[in-house]
Amino acid sequence: MVRTEEMLLNVGPQHPSTHGVFRLVVKVDGEIIKEATPVIGYLHRGTEKLAEDLQYTQIIPYTDRMDYLSAMTNNYVLCHAVETLMGLEVPEKAEYLRVMAMELGRIASHLVWFGTYLLDIGATSPFLYAFREREAIINLLNELSGARLTFNYMRIGGVKWDAPEGWVDKVREFIPYMRNELEGYHDLVTGNEIFVNRVKNVGTYTKEDAIQYSLSGANLRCTGVKFDLRKEEPYSIYDRFDFDVPTEEAGDAFARYKVRMAEIEESLKILEQAVEQFPEDGKILGKVPRVIRPPEGETYVRIESPRGEIGCYIASDGQKEPYRLKFRRPSFYNLQILPKLLKGENMANLVTILGGVDIVLGEVDG
Amino acid sequence: MTAEENGKTPNEQTDAGNPDQAEELKADEAKQDHSQKPESVSGKAETEAKSEKDAKKSDKPAAESQSERNKTAESSTSATADDQSRKETAREKADQAGTKKTRRPKKKAEKEEAREELEPSPKEPLLKKYVSIIEEHLGEDALEDSFINRASKDLPTLIAHPGFYFSIAKLLKTHEELQFNYLSELHGTDFKEYMEVYVHLYSFSQKENMALKVKLDREQPEIDSLTPLWEGANWPECEAYDLLGIKFTNHPDLKRIFLGEDWEGYPLRKDYEPYDVEV
Repeated sequence: MVRTEEMLLNVGPQHPSTHGVFRLVVKVDGEIIKEATPVIGYLHRGTEKLAEDLQYTQIIPYTDRMDYLSAMTNNYVLCHAVETLMGLEVPEKAEYLRVMAMELGRIASHLVWFGTYLLDIGATSPFLYAFREREAIINLLNELSGARLTFNYMRIGGVKWDAPEGWVDKVREFIPYMRNELEGYHDLVTGNEIFVNRVKNVGTYTKEDAIQYSLSGANLRCTGVKFDLRKEEPYSIYDRFDFDVPTEEAGDAFARYKVRMAEIEESLKILEQAVEQFPEDGKILGKVPRVIRPPEGETYVRIESPRGEIGCYIASDGQKEPYRLKFRRPSFYNLQILPKLLKGENMANLVTILGGVDIVLGEVDG
Repeated sequence: MTAEENGKTPNEQTDAGNPDQAEELKADEAKQDHSQKPESVSGKAETEAKSEKDAKKSDKPAAESQSERNKTAESSTSATADDQSRKETAREKADQAGTKKTRRPKKKAEKEEAREELEPSPKEPLLKKYVSIIEEHLGEDALEDSFINRASKDLPTLIAHPGFYFSIAKLLKTHEELQFNYLSELHGTDFKEYMEVYVHLYSFSQKENMALKVKLDREQPEIDSLTPLWEGANWPECEAYDLLGIKFTNHPDLKRIFLGEDWEGYPLRKDYEPYDVEV
């Protein structure tokens, strides 16, 4: 008779497929995971504490460093919260620039996820393709903001820089190029039998679980909940665009993959319309007082980031600095379901399941 | 005259401290000015218009422009008198605003007044509905306060009595007319006089948002955990415990999720002193 014994295994904190510093204490019996305990906090920088000593505009660069794969949405959520609290109007042109930057960021973020996820589960070449296309987006955003990752592009009441000459045309040219490449991805990966066997029926959860665990984004939509804040509670100018909210019913890792790939397509649709409607003239910064001093009160806004629902709570006491600033970071909430998903799974599926959640550790730890 | 007018506005702004208030005052003044004397409206636009006019007139005979100047001098004296009285009222208002500006907690009565000035929020009936359902099931003591938070996209906000916090949350989640089944956000805040837990809920069936808040004793902040209702409240409650020291009873695994068990103090408390001051 074979004697088995439980073994404690540390995955991380430095492990390539955790995409950051994240530790999982796994109790295994042979190949089967009995229990998994996530240990986080290695990247906790105390953004919320730091923000209490900073003026609102000074906080924007800190938001770049939370979810560094889609910094534009983080920029936006802070600006949007302050604008909501102060009742500021944002010029139309600035809104278009913001939406284009955010949607480009969403595509770039999904591309990083696509590339690294396939790398995690053993396919090397899609990574190279994904990063080639991402480079094109990064270059576009670099031209717009002067930075490749930490953009610090948005300001309260608008954006910092106008689009350089010819930028909008470059975005216009990028759309068909990306569509074409996306088709290539589907040929290369989506129908691939090895890939499908690896992700299908892995890490499955139900709609009820997803809601119970406060999941959001693709992690929620992969169970058939048609919920996207861009559609349900339109912010900025998202009500002007015609796009769909892709959902899947299966709730497994494959469904999450399909939702994210379809979202790239929808983002391209939004970009296409934004480029057509883009007003060449107009201001990029609204009427904003020189010193931003929101009135006493509190506000909570939530928007759709590539990883799910990102929210920002501000309690203001009428000073230049926020009394309390809180970010609802989607990766932090989404990661909570991991122990439940891993229990009873094969050890080889750990990376497949973890990768499927799509976390950014800078955001988990805040 | 214009110079004085221009000089006045920034003074007022500093008096008022609050730019919004100052703007309101300015708007009031502008109204008065229009009704009394269209000439003495303050602002750059007028100054510019004047200088343009002056430039045009420069080719006119000197005597005429002299008389013109006299005229403006006259009007400026009367304007100063006017200004004086207005300045005073403005200052009074500003003083009032200054006394209002105590840091926290907000004075409810004043807030109520401010709210009544606006037209009623479209969410008002919803709030009434929530309140009546809760009072019907849990009694009138269950809620400490309820209002629409205008600054937060007209968000219906309920402040629960600490003893009823969990049962209100449960009712909000399970009542078939409410069904707030999605916990969007949970966090705590140190408001110096008290500790507050803020919970943002969403109902997929109603497509409505709402906020549930509870005020706790700052020295011994302790409240029921919401994890039996929403698994998603697990880590956020750990975060509030870690950074603010709020204890959640019945929590399955309350731990210091970011800082570790050996960390001293709770960083997001307003009286927190960092252990290593050098850093």
